[in-house]
Amino acid sequence: MLSRQNSQRIAYILITLAALVVVLPIFYIVGYIVVQGASAINWEFLTASPRDGMKAGGLLPAIVGTLLLTLGTAIVAVPIGVGAAIYLSEYAGDNTLTRAIRIAIINLAGIPSVVYGLFGLGLFVIFLNFGTSILAGSLTLGIMTLPVIISTAEEALRAVPQSFRLVSVSLGGTRWQTIRRVVLPQALPGIITGVILGLERAAGETAPILFTVAAFFLPRLPQSIFDQTMALPYHLFVISTQVPGMPIHIQYGTALVLLFFVLSMNVLATLIRRHYRRQRVW
Amino acid sequence: MDLDVKIRIENFSLRYSDGNESLRDITFDVYANQVNVLFGPAGGGKSSLLRAMNRLNDLTDVVDLQGRILLDGEDIMQPDYDVIALRRRVGIVFARPVPLPMSIYRNLTYGLELAGITQRATLDEAVERSLKQAALWEEVSDRLGESAYALSGGQQQRLCLARALALQPEVIMLDEPTSGLDPISTSKVERTLQDLKPHYTIVIVPHSVQQAARVADWAAFFLQGELVEHGDGRAIFTAPKDSRTDEYITGRFG
Amino acid sequence: MKLKSVSLFEFLIERAIQVAGISAIVLVALIFLFLIKEGTPAFFEISLTSLFSARWYPIEDYFGLLPLIMGSLIVTIGAAVIALPLGLATAIFIAEIVPSWAREILKPFVEVLAGIPSVVIGFIGMLVFAPAIRVALDIPTGLTAFTGVLLLAWMALPTIVSVAEDVLDAVPKTYRDAGLALGMTHWQVIWRIVLPAGRSGILTALMLGVGRAIGETMTVMMVTGNAARVPLTPRDFFMPVRTMTATIAAEMGEVAQGSPHYHVLFAVGLTLFVITFIVNMAAAMVVFRQTKRAERMLS
Repeated sequence: MLSRQNSQRIAYILITLAALVVVLPIFYIVGYIVVQGASAINWEFLTASPRDGMKAGGLLPAIVGTLLLTLGTAIVAVPIGVGAAIYLSEYAGDNTLTRAIRIAIINLAGIPSVVYGLFGLGLFVIFLNFGTSILAGSLTLGIMTLPVIISTAEEALRAVPQSFRLVSVSLGGTRWQTIRRVVLPQALPGIITGVILGLERAAGETAPILFTVAAFFLPRLPQSIFDQTMALPYHLFVISTQVPGMPIHIQYGTALVLLFFVLSMNVLATLIRRHYRRQRVW
Repeated sequence: MDLDVKIRIENFSLRYSDGNESLRDITFDVYANQVNVLFGPAGGGKSSLLRAMNRLNDLTDVVDLQGRILLDGEDIMQPDYDVIALRRRVGIVFARPVPLPMSIYRNLTYGLELAGITQRATLDEAVERSLKQAALWEEVSDRLGESAYALSGGQQQRLCLARALALQPEVIMLDEPTSGLDPISTSKVERTLQDLKPHYTIVIVPHSVQQAARVADWAAFFLQGELVEHGDGRAIFTAPKDSRTDEYITGRFG
Repeated sequence: MKLKSVSLFEFLIERAIQVAGISAIVLVALIFLFLIKEGTPAFFEISLTSLFSARWYPIEDYFGLLPLIMGSLIVTIGAAVIALPLGLATAIFIAEIVPSWAREILKPFVEVLAGIPSVVIGFIGMLVFAPAIRVALDIPTGLTAFTGVLLLAWMALPTIVSVAEDVLDAVPKTYRDAGLALGMTHWQVIWRIVLPAGRSGILTALMLGVGRAIGETMTVMMVTGNAARVPLTPRDFFMPVRTMTATIAAEMGEVAQGSPHYHVLFAVGLTLFVITFIVNMAAAMVVFRQTKRAERMLS
C-alpha cells in the first residue's frame, strides 16, 4: 500500500504532466507557425493582391475581407446583443418569457458553426436572395456571435452594484436614465471585452462563411456588401487542402497572419479588462 | 402649537412576499419643518415606511398594499401619481453612503441633470448651495472635480445629503444616516439637521435610542410593523405612555 | 422644478430593448424552422431504410447516414473521454496546486488556446501531427479518427477547464478545512472531498465539452480523412472516418439546390441541431438543479 504522502506525490506528478500536455502544445503550435511562416511575411505579402493562382503575391483581399466581415458581425451582433443583455439585466421579470429567452440563448450558443452556415445559406443567400455576399456572411456570423455577447454583457451589467440604481431612482431618475447614465457606463469595459472576444471568434470561423460569402480568388477588393470576398480562415483552408503545389511557407505565412489577427484581439481584450478592473471604485 | 401636517399616513399596511418588515394599519402625521423620528428595534418596518413615502418600494416585491399616504393632501399611492416628481420633492439619504462613481460635482448635479437642467450657472449655484447646507462646502470647494470616493466616510455621507438637497426637496428622509460614522461626523450631521429644519421637513430613522432622544421634535415608536405610540419628542422619551416603549427605551430589549 | 416625464424617445428605446430581448427566441425558432423546411423533404425523397444504411455515396444516390453518425459519435466520445480527465487535472493544477502568481499566467494561456481558430489547428494537425502519428504507429495514413479525437480533445479543453475551475472554486473553504483538520493530505482533500462535492458541475463541464466537440467542423474535416465508412472494429479507430459536420461543409458547396442531396445535408444539420439542443439543455438542467439545491441548503 502506498503511503499517503506517496499517493499525493504520484497524484501531483500525474496532474502536472496532464497540465503540461495541455499547456505546452499551445507554445509549440504558435511557435512553430511563427518560425515556419515568418519567412513569408513581407510588405508585399500583407498589402498586395494575389497573383499566379494564389501562389504568389499578397493577402490583402483576404485581410480586408476578414476586417469587413468582423465589422459586419459587430454591426449585427452588438446592438441586438447589448440590447438583449440590458433587457435581461434591467427589465426582465422572473417569468416564463424570461426563462424561454435564456433557453433560447443556451441553444444558440450550442449550435455548431456549420449549421449556422446552412441556415445562412438557406435564409440569406437563397431565400432572401442576397446571394453569397458580405451581407449574408455578416448576418450569419452576427447571429452566431449573439449568445456570447449577450452572456458577457449581461454579466457586466449585473456586476454593477444595485445601490447605484437605487440612488439614481431616488433622485428622480427613470429606469432608462439610470441605465444610460450610471449602469451602462460602469458596465462598458466588461461589455467591450466581451464584444472583442466574440468578434475574435467570428474572425476565425470558416464554416459559417463557406457557403455564405467566401470566395477563393478575387484579386479585386469588394465594392459593395453584395459582393463576395476572400477571408483569411477560408483562404488558409483552401490553400492547404485544395491547391496543389502551393508553397509551404505561404501556407504558414497565411496561418501566421490569421493567428496574429486573432490573438492580438485576445491580448487587447485582456488588457482592457485588466486596466478597468484596477480603476474600478466598486 | 400650530403645526402644519406635511405628510399624513392613514391606515397604511404593507406586506412583502417573504413576510419580512411588513407594516400593519399605520396612522400618524409627519409635521412640516420639524424633525420627525421613527424609532424602534430592527424589523419594525421603519425603513419600509420611509421608502413608501417616496414610493421607492415600487422597486421591491410588495404583495399587499393598503391605505393612503397624503403629501400636502394628495394621495401618493394613486397609480397615476407622478412618481418622478414625488422623488424630487421627497429626498432620501441611505444608511451606507453611496456616492455615484463620478466626481463630487457630478454627484451633486446628477439629480438636476435627470430633470433636464443643463445651464452651467444654475448647476454651479445648486452645487454651492447644497454643499453649504450640508456643511461640506469648506472641505471640498477646491476639489469638486475629484472622485467622490476620495472623501472620507463622514464626508461621503454629507455628500449624499447635499446630493438630495440639490434638488431642493420639501421633505428629507434619512435612514440611519450616521450608522457607519464616527462621533464627530455624527454630531456634524445632527447639527446640520437642526440647521435644515426651518426650510425642510425631516423624517429620520436614528440608529440608536440616544440619537432619537437627541434630535426628535416628534417621535413614533414602531414594533414589528405596528405603531405603538407617537407624540412629542421630549415627552415620549421621558414619560412614554406604552409599557413596550418604556422597555425599549430603557434597554430591556433591543 | 422642471418636470421631465417619460419622453417619447425613452419609450421607443425601451421598446427596442424589449425587441432585442426576445430576438433570441425568434432566431432560434427561425433556424429550427429553416432546417425543418429544407431538411424534411429528405425523409420523403429517400426511404428510411436507405437513410440508415451504411453507405454514404451521394454521387450514386446512396444516402446512408450511419457512417456519418458513427463517425461523429466515435470522434466526440473519444474526445470527451480524453478531454475530461485532462481538463479536470489541468483545472486542479491551476486552482489547487499552483501558487497564485502562476495562476495569473496560466489562465490567460488557456484562454489563448480557446482563441486559436479551428482551421489553424486543423492546418497544423494535417501538416505536422498526422504525419507524426502515421510514422509513430506505422499506419497507412495519419488522417484518422484517432488523430481527430486527440485534436478535438485538445480543443474542448478550455471549455472543460474553465467550467471545472469554477466548480472547484465554488466548493466552500469549510469543506477543505474540515478535511485538513482530520489529518488528510491536500491531495486527499481534493480527491475525497472537493471533487465529489463538485460532481454535478464536472458533469456539466463534460456535457459542454461534448457539445463543443460534436459541433467542430474544420479540424475534423482536415484531419480525419473524410472517408465515409462505418467504424466497427477497434482497428477502424486508426483509419479515416467522416463526421456529420465535415460532410455538410465538404459537400454543400457542390450540391444542386433542391436536390435530394441538398435536402439530406439539411437533414444532417437538423440532426446536429437537435443533438446539441438536448446536450446543452441537459447541462443547463444540471446547473439549475445544483443551484436550487445550494439555495435550499443555505437558506
